[in-house]
Amino acid sequence: MLGEGIIKGMLETAKNFAGSFVSADRLTTVEYPEQRIPTAENARVFPFLVYDGAGWEAGLRCVACQICEKECPPKCIYIEKSKDKKPDFVGKMQIYPVRFDIDISVCMSCQICVEVCPFEAIKMDTQFELATDDRFGGLLMDRQQLAKSNEYYHSIHPAEAAEVDARLAQEKTAAEAKAKAAAEAAAAKAAADAAKAAAAKPETPAAGGN
Amino acid sequence: MAAASISVTLDQIFVLLRDWLVHFLPAALRPFASVVLGVVAIVAVFPGLFALTTVFERKGLGRMQNRLGPNRVGPFGFFQPIADGIKSLTKEDVIPFRADAAVHFLAPLVLVVAVFMGFAVLPVGRNMVLVDMDAGLLFFFAMGASTELSVFMAGWSSRNKYSILGAMRAVGQMISYEVPLLLSSVAVVMITGSLSLTKIVAAQNQYTGIFPHWYVFTPWGFAAFLMFAIAATAETNRTPFDLPEGESELVAGYFTEYSGFKFALFFLGEYLGMFSISGLGATLFFGGWSAPLSFLNVIPSWIWFFAKVMAAIFVFIWMRGTLPRLRQDQLMNFAWKFVLPFTLLDLMVTALWRFMGEGWARWVVCTAILAGAYVLMGRTAMQQKKFGPRSYRYAE
Repeated sequence: MLGEGIIKGMLETAKNFAGSFVSADRLTTVEYPEQRIPTAENARVFPFLVYDGAGWEAGLRCVACQICEKECPPKCIYIEKSKDKKPDFVGKMQIYPVRFDIDISVCMSCQICVEVCPFEAIKMDTQFELATDDRFGGLLMDRQQLAKSNEYYHSIHPAEAAEVDARLAQEKTAAEAKAKAAAEAAAAKAAADAAKAAAAKPETPAAGGN
Repeated sequence: MAAASISVTLDQIFVLLRDWLVHFLPAALRPFASVVLGVVAIVAVFPGLFALTTVFERKGLGRMQNRLGPNRVGPFGFFQPIADGIKSLTKEDVIPFRADAAVHFLAPLVLVVAVFMGFAVLPVGRNMVLVDMDAGLLFFFAMGASTELSVFMAGWSSRNKYSILGAMRAVGQMISYEVPLLLSSVAVVMITGSLSLTKIVAAQNQYTGIFPHWYVFTPWGFAAFLMFAIAATAETNRTPFDLPEGESELVAGYFTEYSGFKFALFFLGEYLGMFSISGLGATLFFGGWSAPLSFLNVIPSWIWFFAKVMAAIFVFIWMRGTLPRLRQDQLMNFAWKFVLPFTLLDLMVTALWRFMGEGWARWVVCTAILAGAYVLMGRTAMQQKKFGPRSYRYAE
């Protein structure tokens, strides 16, 4: 009969109307500033720089190699290299960035900088509440604003951070083993040289070099 | 006895208040002042109701879609209309460069004035009618029809394709549904024998036992009410008949080119139109300000009137939350092939009812005719035509 469908539809909306007051699971709304859904583990917004240890300036992993700056599609990264060097996590002397700016109004969150970084120094952040009334200065993040601790990295991307830590530890032990081996080799060589020198000394004229 | 007198005082409180305020003035000014007070009351109450309705509508629609609706401004979001008002007042008032500035400016004013005029003849409570006109119903419909003028003024003067399309749709739709709207109320006039809205209410304000003599409880009245409700929904451009302002295809229809406070005026006019047509529907079929059961007469009459209006508004919102928009051809088909013939039939049935005299026979006959006609017309006239696959003459 004419109008049957309308009545059926009206009953459905009436059910929704009444039901939404009774059962809370009908309402899917998350009232955002007060209630939040935790961000997904693979969420990514803008990049940040990871540092180890307590001091952000001393612990920055970035060695200012500028690969990310060159790879960045919208060219939102600006890096200035330092003149001096500081030791990195394996103790090797490296230059570091005296300026590292990311213009997040330009950044397109593509994560290419993260992919290309050989030092695990730049990672994606999940912080999205970055609205500001200063659209130039407020959206230009400098080195200090970008620096976040490794603990923070663990807190936002636990699995990925653990993997990175394992890799870095492996690299470090490899580097240490290599350094040890090198040191041993050098010591052995030095000892051998010394022995050779000692042995060779009496017959100096005969020495033609090794 | 004391309780009864309190109830009477409460019932007449606004009338007494008006008389008390007026008696400070010299006798010559009194009639004029009491009219002005009545106008002020109407102009204050209905826009206030409009503000409340917008927030209730948004919350109710939200609930129907399992959302929360606005709940940020003030307690439970009830200050939302204040925020909306401030927003619309502070927005830039843009008049298109090529628009006809004078007509463009006048259109919202004409709408609001015409809609407000309709309230003049609506009996809001016992002895609470601004102008007790003998041809009240006629006056109401004359004012209701002149809103079409403002709609077309708005659409035509904007020089915008969306506006003109919206206005054309609106005028086509409003004129098509004006006919069944009038004819369905003519049934009431036939039974009451008067065009005066106060007399129509008085005729329904009688009780058999505890049950009222509302026209909606008669077969012809129920049919007329259904047709009236359909036509009223179309007249006020509400879903499912909101083609003139279909957001998805026409931006905002005839008021696309309006911004700021003029837009708010259109919005106000639309809601006031809803209130007035709901008030008229309540007056014609639901006994106006009379109580639904005889012993409930202790509650003031104006409360009943507003309760009926708000119930009608709730149904409007409920329909908006449920039904999708019709197509223009479906709309016209429905108006001319179903609603109009059915109202004409209802007029004949009303005449039959009038002349069959008291007794159960007229109940059976009238109900049978109307129900049979409804089913048959629904089957045949509203049959969905099965169109084959669409064929294109040129573009293939």
